[in-house]
Amino acid sequence: MILLKSLEALHHMLIGKEISSVELTRTYLNHITVADPSVKAFLSVTADTALAQAADADRKIANGEKLGPLEGIPMAMKDNMCTSGIATTCGSKILKNFVPPYDATVTERLQAAGAVLAGKVNMDEFAMGSSTENSGYHPTANPWDLERVPGGSSGGSAACVAAREVPFALGSDTGGSIRQPAAFCGVVGLKPTYGLVSRYGLVAFASSLDQIGPLTTSVRDNAMVLNAIAGHDPKDSTSVPYATPDYTQFLENNVKGLKIGVPDEYFAAGLDPRVADVIKRAIKTFEDLGAIVESCSLPHTEYAMPAYYIIAPAECSSNLARYDGVRYGYRAETEDMITMFKRTREEGFGQEVKRRIMLGTYALSSGYYDAYYLKAQKVRTLIKQDFDNAFNQYDILLSPTTPTTAYTMGEKSDPLAMYMGDVYTIPVNLAGLPGISIPAGFIDGLPVGMQLISKHFGEGTLYRAAYTFEQNTTYHQEIPALVKEVC
Amino acid sequence: MSFLDKYEMVCGVETHVEMATKTKIFCGCSTEFGGEQNTHVCPVCLGLPGVLPVLNKEVVNLAIKAGLALNCDIAEFSKFDRKNYFYPDLTKNYQTSQYDLPICKNGWLDVMVNGTMKRIGITRAHMEEDAGKLVHSGDTITTSNSSGVDYNRTGVPLLEIVSEPDMRSIDDVLAYLEELVQIMDYAGISDCKLEQGSVRFDINVSLRLKGTETFGTRTETKNLNSFSSVRRCLEYETERQADALDEGLEIIQETRTWDEGRGMTLSLRSKEEAHDYRYFPEPDLMPLVIDRDWVERIRATMPELPTAKRERLQALGLSAYDAGVITASKDMAFFFDQAMATCDDAKLLANWVMGDLSALLKTNGRTFADSPVSPAQLASLVMLIKKGDISGKIAKSVIEEIYSTGKDPETIVKEKGLAQISDAGELEKIIDGILAANEKSVADYKAGKEAALGFFVGQVMKATKGQANPGMVNKLLKEKLAQ
Repeated sequence: MILLKSLEALHHMLIGKEISSVELTRTYLNHITVADPSVKAFLSVTADTALAQAADADRKIANGEKLGPLEGIPMAMKDNMCTSGIATTCGSKILKNFVPPYDATVTERLQAAGAVLAGKVNMDEFAMGSSTENSGYHPTANPWDLERVPGGSSGGSAACVAAREVPFALGSDTGGSIRQPAAFCGVVGLKPTYGLVSRYGLVAFASSLDQIGPLTTSVRDNAMVLNAIAGHDPKDSTSVPYATPDYTQFLENNVKGLKIGVPDEYFAAGLDPRVADVIKRAIKTFEDLGAIVESCSLPHTEYAMPAYYIIAPAECSSNLARYDGVRYGYRAETEDMITMFKRTREEGFGQEVKRRIMLGTYALSSGYYDAYYLKAQKVRTLIKQDFDNAFNQYDILLSPTTPTTAYTMGEKSDPLAMYMGDVYTIPVNLAGLPGISIPAGFIDGLPVGMQLISKHFGEGTLYRAAYTFEQNTTYHQEIPALVKEVC
Repeated sequence: MSFLDKYEMVCGVETHVEMATKTKIFCGCSTEFGGEQNTHVCPVCLGLPGVLPVLNKEVVNLAIKAGLALNCDIAEFSKFDRKNYFYPDLTKNYQTSQYDLPICKNGWLDVMVNGTMKRIGITRAHMEEDAGKLVHSGDTITTSNSSGVDYNRTGVPLLEIVSEPDMRSIDDVLAYLEELVQIMDYAGISDCKLEQGSVRFDINVSLRLKGTETFGTRTETKNLNSFSSVRRCLEYETERQADALDEGLEIIQETRTWDEGRGMTLSLRSKEEAHDYRYFPEPDLMPLVIDRDWVERIRATMPELPTAKRERLQALGLSAYDAGVITASKDMAFFFDQAMATCDDAKLLANWVMGDLSALLKTNGRTFADSPVSPAQLASLVMLIKKGDISGKIAKSVIEEIYSTGKDPETIVKEKGLAQISDAGELEKIIDGILAANEKSVADYKAGKEAALGFFVGQVMKATKGQANPGMVNKLLKEKLAQ
């Protein structure tokens, strides 16, 4: 069945002329029309432009030109990445009518790679949230159980890949927003090293934490997408001038001698014991394959969450100040300027966004800066040092991605309870490290994710470990019932 | 009795200088003044969702240069911060600026105030982006039905130079500002077109009883853009504060605005209403690390600054006054230096630069930068006068001729036969003829009526159409009449 094929297999079908890109694209677009009414991953389906892009790929095939690995293959992008001429709403009503006149660098790179944009997918408003229930439009469902959340904020990206509506999607991760939904939806999600993928054209939530990354159904697919989007961008000053390797070269089925640290602090109160069991079995798998696994300590872990909820809102309060109704997006019609600013923001932003703007404004205000923001930055340094110390001894760190499996919609009405879902992913963003979540087992038919973390630019090591685990287990071959019915 | 007998003013100035880069501070848009509204804009300077700033290195080069000219320490490590506030002319609703770690610190400027040298401290100078401009449908924001925004100016690089509160009189302030603007002009930091708003001043002023040490409560008047406004504003504001103090009222620490039309300052906002800018480090830009080589490379390109130039001109024989006048304008000083390359009389050249040529340019609305009389032509003209080839009076007509035709002075003198007659033989013949024709006057002179000499000189000049060398005519006449 074509919907279950890997990127590599699809590429071979295209160059072998077993299928045309237009046929492939139509197949996925048809599946979107079948599956998406229940999953609701898409905010916009760009069928016309997708078919035009597919036709371009087909012309190249007909002319006998060499085809890139992603060329002619459909994909989806989280709706916080700018696409020239295509609405980019950030899941917010305030940007409902915003059509950017420019492309994000990732958009340009995927276009240059010939990938076919099937549409823009749902997210928690401005990437704030861990369930995709906070979208300004509608919640997205978890393909494994439509009553449950897909995780967030890249819930649309994870769900559309899990539901096989596209072979791959891009998400963004500020505190776990790629890895947590990847875990809930049973797919592979990578948050690259901060600075590896350009943020130009990614609508900012928290600039010092945000990073774009791929969501796929396999580790190899993930490495192939990273190949297309990684690399220095002169338009992003925080983009690192790092010569990126071909990440598929790390896909070696071998972890012999790999030193894996398991942080004690990631197995503390709040962790569902069933999730702990799944991860312990995964650890056993690694040991059986020849990896050296030891428990280790990241002593400042408990301060990561409070530090994150100072830094991220502080940056967001500033980044979101531009949505004032003056130049684009939603504008409240009022008599005077100040009232217009206030009403536009009151009516255009949702609860969670307003909550974080308030938190951040408070944390930065005069008299509180030292006590909150500055303190949080010091904690951030300590957390980085914890990781630096750990990576002096270990190649990678291993942990659950989330403390629980996907919960039901509406279950977590207390924002603080929802914030706890990112407790294992947030430290990675604070330290700017790469982290990947891969399927590691199931509990009652719901996927469990395992997180692997490495030092800066250690994506190759992550892929090697993840690939080895994947090749020696079958979890990634499980498919949600809704897809099985189609196939 | 003036209130200044009782009170002493304490003043510090923040000067915003638009830097003379071709492109904006964080994007590649043009910084040119006066373009069609919203034509020099891109997603980055418009602050559209998702865009990121990239620092223009030329801005850093100019900031380092300015810092060196102002005797500042150039920070090896500085950074950008966000200054958060809402206003429609601010595309991101925060301004990217430098807060606690500016690029330049701890400098000073020596200025001459009424013949005495005074040192004014420079606290800091930092880089930041300019905002856009509101365009109202009516005369003012309150009487307009609608207002548009022109974002062409958004992202134009600014250098904010903050002085210490070292100035004690209006003369101090104006001397400091004039010197500062001159330096920015000489060093090429800015085009310093005050009338286009490329230099703006915020004036902090307070009064204290003479002889006391502690500072009084100050007010800040923002956005003055001419020296005369600064003078009038300070006159008004110090008198206002003195009146209030005399009445026993408290001065409110506040931000004020200068109303040019009414010639008064008006309250804008008090300390209580002051913005909380919620500064924090700009996460989209890396900290700025400047190694010493970078600073030395910039130092090597430093041009001669006004003080050094004034000293050099005085060493050439000019008075302090003349040197001051010539260096007051970079273009005039540059013109003078170029002319000096082929001239050996600095004083005579200075007179012609400051006098006739200045007047000629001013009458025609031109400047020394686009003077039709070249420095070499003026130098030649001065040399012709010095050698006695033409008289100063003839030279006045020659320079006008150069101005309108572009011909060299030698050519004009030759073509029009304006060369001075310094040939003693030729002059003697003419003088003899005149004396012979005016026997009565000769007799008067010999009888003691010395004023008759002027009559003879006038006659000789008339006969030679002004070309006779006046010195020689005088000398020869006296000799002949003594016989």
